[in-house]
Amino acid sequence: MYEIVAFYLFSALTIGLFLITVLSKNVLYAMTSLAAGMVLISGFFFLLGADFLGVVQLIVYVGAIMALYSFAMMFFDATRDIKEKNTNNTWVFLLGGLSALVLVLMFAGPIYSENIQALYPMHEGVGNAQDVGIVLFTKYLVPFEVAALMLLVAMIAGIILAGKKMDDSLTEDLSADDEIMTAKDEK
Amino acid sequence: MIGLSHYLIVSAILFSIGLVGVLRRRNLLMLFFATEVMLNAVNIAFAAISHYYNDLTGQMFAFFIIAVAASEVAVGLGILIVLYKKHGSLDLDDLANMRG
Repeated sequence: MYEIVAFYLFSALTIGLFLITVLSKNVLYAMTSLAAGMVLISGFFFLLGADFLGVVQLIVYVGAIMALYSFAMMFFDATRDIKEKNTNNTWVFLLGGLSALVLVLMFAGPIYSENIQALYPMHEGVGNAQDVGIVLFTKYLVPFEVAALMLLVAMIAGIILAGKKMDDSLTEDLSADDEIMTAKDEK
Repeated sequence: MIGLSHYLIVSAILFSIGLVGVLRRRNLLMLFFATEVMLNAVNIAFAAISHYYNDLTGQMFAFFIIAVAASEVAVGLGILIVLYKKHGSLDLDDLANMRG
């Protein structure tokens, strides 16, 4: 019973919050509602018995990615409302029709694949974290390492891109140092 | 009782919301937010299928999607900061200076 209530509550709240994210004119509102929607999505994962995935969602999405967005917000003017021109409508309708077709194909997919067999079945009496760990470090070890390498490359790229022209420090005023030095020299 | 189709429908609705955002917004930061919405919707579908087919593969793919999303955000925000320093705005129409 509680599963039904939780499912409908979470889905209504997530849909509402993500609608705010997509339709809002203010960046700050959009980011806050996106963070709240991600917390509720981790609730979906807990409902589905994917405990570890839910914890990862909370830590990585809500903890890391949203913190990254809010740090990046310091560089942009977040309080100003965004003014946007409406785009060419024919393109929107064309792309919308194409994506509707893709959506129909996605829903038709499971009908044609009724005889799916579980490749890595879950074990009874074993926690989700242990199960995930065993499969991740045996069957998916190479993709795991590749993902680690990709995150390293992304980290270096982020540092280099965002850190350009930051070799002169923003916090300490170098000209003030110079003035002190020249004053000492004059003495 | 909540079945697989319930979760798939919620996931499809969230995905369409993200798609509307990608098609409609002209601000690059808002485009990033819409992409995050779409990635999260797909994660819900993966977790639901993993639960109802009793298979861990869906959860594995959701983990890798989260890793891809994290690196995408790191690189993308770096590019956005460089663009903002150069142009002073994140609007796609202002950035369309390569039109032939």
